[in-house]
Amino acid sequence: MAAGVATWMPFARAAAVGWLPLAQKTMPKPPVDKKSRSDEILFVNVSGLRFQTWKNTLDRYPDTLLGSSEKEFFYNEETQEYFFDRDPEMFRHILNFFRTGKLHYPRHECIQAFEEELAFYGIIPEIIGDCCMEEYRDRKKENQERLAEDTEAENAGDAPLPPDATLRERLWRAFENPHTSTMALVFYYVTGFFIAVSVIANVVETVPCRPIKGSIKDLPCGEKFSVAFSCLDTACVLIFSFEYLMRLYAAPSRCDFARSVMSVIDVVAILPFYIGLVMPENEEVSGAFVTLRVFRVFRIFKFSRHSQGLRILGCTLQACASELGFLLFSLTMAVIIFATVMFYAEKGTKGTTFSSIPASFWYTIVTMTTLGYGDMVPDSIAGKIFGSICSLSGVLVIALPVPVIVSNFARIYHQNQRADKMRAQQKVRQARIRMAKKGATNAFLQHKEDGGLQDGDGDSTPLCVKNRSAFEHQHHHLLHCLEKTTNHEFTDEVTYSEVCVTDSLGFRTSRSTSLSSQQGATTTCCSRRAKRRAFRLANSTVSVSRGSVQELDTLHVTKTPAGTQYPQSRSSLNARTENLKLNCDDYTAAIISIPTPPANTPDESLPNSPAIPGILRNSRSSTFNTQETVKISSL
Amino acid sequence: MGLVMGTFSMQSNKQDRTYRKDKIDDDFELSIVCHRPEGLDKLEAQTNFSKQELQVLYRGFKNECPSGVVNEDTFKQIYAQFFPHGDASTYAHYLFNAFDSAHSGSIKFEGFIMALSTLLRGSVREKLTWTFNLYDINRDGYINKEEMTDIVSAIYDMMGKYTYPALKTDTPKQHVDAFFQKMDKNRDGVVTLDEFILSCQEDENILRSLQLFKNVI
Repeated sequence: MAAGVATWMPFARAAAVGWLPLAQKTMPKPPVDKKSRSDEILFVNVSGLRFQTWKNTLDRYPDTLLGSSEKEFFYNEETQEYFFDRDPEMFRHILNFFRTGKLHYPRHECIQAFEEELAFYGIIPEIIGDCCMEEYRDRKKENQERLAEDTEAENAGDAPLPPDATLRERLWRAFENPHTSTMALVFYYVTGFFIAVSVIANVVETVPCRPIKGSIKDLPCGEKFSVAFSCLDTACVLIFSFEYLMRLYAAPSRCDFARSVMSVIDVVAILPFYIGLVMPENEEVSGAFVTLRVFRVFRIFKFSRHSQGLRILGCTLQACASELGFLLFSLTMAVIIFATVMFYAEKGTKGTTFSSIPASFWYTIVTMTTLGYGDMVPDSIAGKIFGSICSLSGVLVIALPVPVIVSNFARIYHQNQRADKMRAQQKVRQARIRMAKKGATNAFLQHKEDGGLQDGDGDSTPLCVKNRSAFEHQHHHLLHCLEKTTNHEFTDEVTYSEVCVTDSLGFRTSRSTSLSSQQGATTTCCSRRAKRRAFRLANSTVSVSRGSVQELDTLHVTKTPAGTQYPQSRSSLNARTENLKLNCDDYTAAIISIPTPPANTPDESLPNSPAIPGILRNSRSSTFNTQETVKISSL
Repeated sequence: MGLVMGTFSMQSNKQDRTYRKDKIDDDFELSIVCHRPEGLDKLEAQTNFSKQELQVLYRGFKNECPSGVVNEDTFKQIYAQFFPHGDASTYAHYLFNAFDSAHSGSIKFEGFIMALSTLLRGSVREKLTWTFNLYDINRDGYINKEEMTDIVSAIYDMMGKYTYPALKTDTPKQHVDAFFQKMDKNRDGVVTLDEFILSCQEDENILRSLQLFKNVI
């Protein structure tokens, strides 16, 4: 129901008194209104800006947020007001809608922000009043087009091909996006070069060269060096034909390709040559053949594949087809009118050049476009008067559609610029998004390093951990829960790759049983990587291979003393059993098959979880999880 | 003369514009679904939350989804933000189905609140029942190995690629086997609700962890 109707409700009900004498049955009881009828003023606080309005105003539209009980979710008991954490400027418009029943669109606001506010308050945008509807629709359409273009620019073209692309697909891609591969780029430039050569040859062969000896007349170069020019022409045509056939082969839809503009241009460019081949050498036909050579100039249109500006021009002309049509039509009508007038005006003059109306067309066109060659000039006074009117109106008629064409060109040109900029910025954007995501990942790992995941006493948690926000704590707790569920831990890329390398390294060393090779392996390990990480793992592997027979189930965990931060010297043999949970499952197999060592690896604190190199330096003591660990790895 | 031309071409333009306008009208087909939740008092009675908590929850919900409903894509996006390491979309899909008990394709605030109430403030049996329904993808009352493997693989997907120790292809399968070892009492290959609840109640750690998330708000 519209806004005003609610106000008229008492009147309509009062007017029902007029039915009473006619009523055939008794009237039903009126609805009892339990709530007090007096209106109250509501306070609405939007980000600090306080609005006040009658409750009735808001109740006019019961299917919006403010009109329904949904606003109770935002009621603040202490301050007795409704608090919304939204844009106060926009709220003004929303409230005006409730007051006046008309929704206006503020021109200076972003269309998406406005729509989001409307969605929040439960108002459909279609209620926007007629005064602002046009503007709203235009802006919305523009925004949608822009978004569609942006997504198209993202998806199109530069996405890498699936690895199992056929030759056809690869070829097509090379043709359409030459910057994707070097070969395509080379081909692109070569064809461009040959187009230029062909066009220049066509032009130059008509230039008069010095005549051959014994003749006076100037010969065009084409006939002087006919062999050279025809060889050049043949070569160019061969290359163009080859290119066309390749494109035809690679095209995903050959019919569509054959019908496209570029393919028609290609065909027209090479056809004269082939027609000339099959043409017999007789006089009358060769005249027509000469005319056919004109079509060779269409090769210059092949440049539109190489030049974006040409494509834009073509697009503009296409987009402005109606304006161009209007221009043409109006010019034609004006030409006919003025030609007729001039003809009859000049009919009386002796020896006039205006011999017929069609002959006057030439004069009219030349005059309207303000060229004024002067080959046809009116003599009579009437002719001169009408001639001047003709030139003045010509200026007007031509000046009208031109700005439309220009603005269309500017729009399409800017669109293209934006698409190019988007593509260029795409890589940077992706990289930055990836960086931001890595930041989130690294936050958790940093948290672990700082000892944030320790259970228990608040005193010993480091300050940097304490100062993290509640949200971060909860997020890290969530990630920690996931780790415990899967019994794997998060690491970063670097560590992961290093661990996997040392895996393969370690596995090989474990196979060798001779002490010397072990030593050698150790030393090579150490010499190759002077880092602590490799040390530990290499040690583990060495110790594995060294060992005496030991059952798997004697592996148990010891609580390592907290604070053992750095590995003790490798030569010290502490009789400590340790839980050697080694990395890859290949290892697990190795443990089972190859006897496990007594604990003499001088590894530092190996808590239940394996020594993540460099990441974990604190010991953790949850034996419970360890048992599970062992259990799973023994499966 | 110019006027004649002008009117002629303007005619054609106007027709174009009306055609275009009709198309725009079609584009403006309302895909906006707006949902308003039941009253605050009613929700307070139905759930175990206080009014303030409901207000806080609703404000957050409304901020993310002004239309009042969450569809699956939005839900996946929201959930993925918490697990930047890996791919949370599969698990989010199962989670969405567990929240959307009516299978309407979207979660309204009531459904959201009911599930939260069960998970955070419900009894042990209620929580375990909810978890059982999460695992039981086809809602036939039994969890079989395929369903469990799907769920576990989805969870492992969230870990991402860079884990320590490195994830192997049969890690989920081993996990599922261990799970069935524990839960499937009568070794019939499926886990029923009673078996599930019984096994979980026997495990102290699970019981203890169920109390962990009480003060999430």
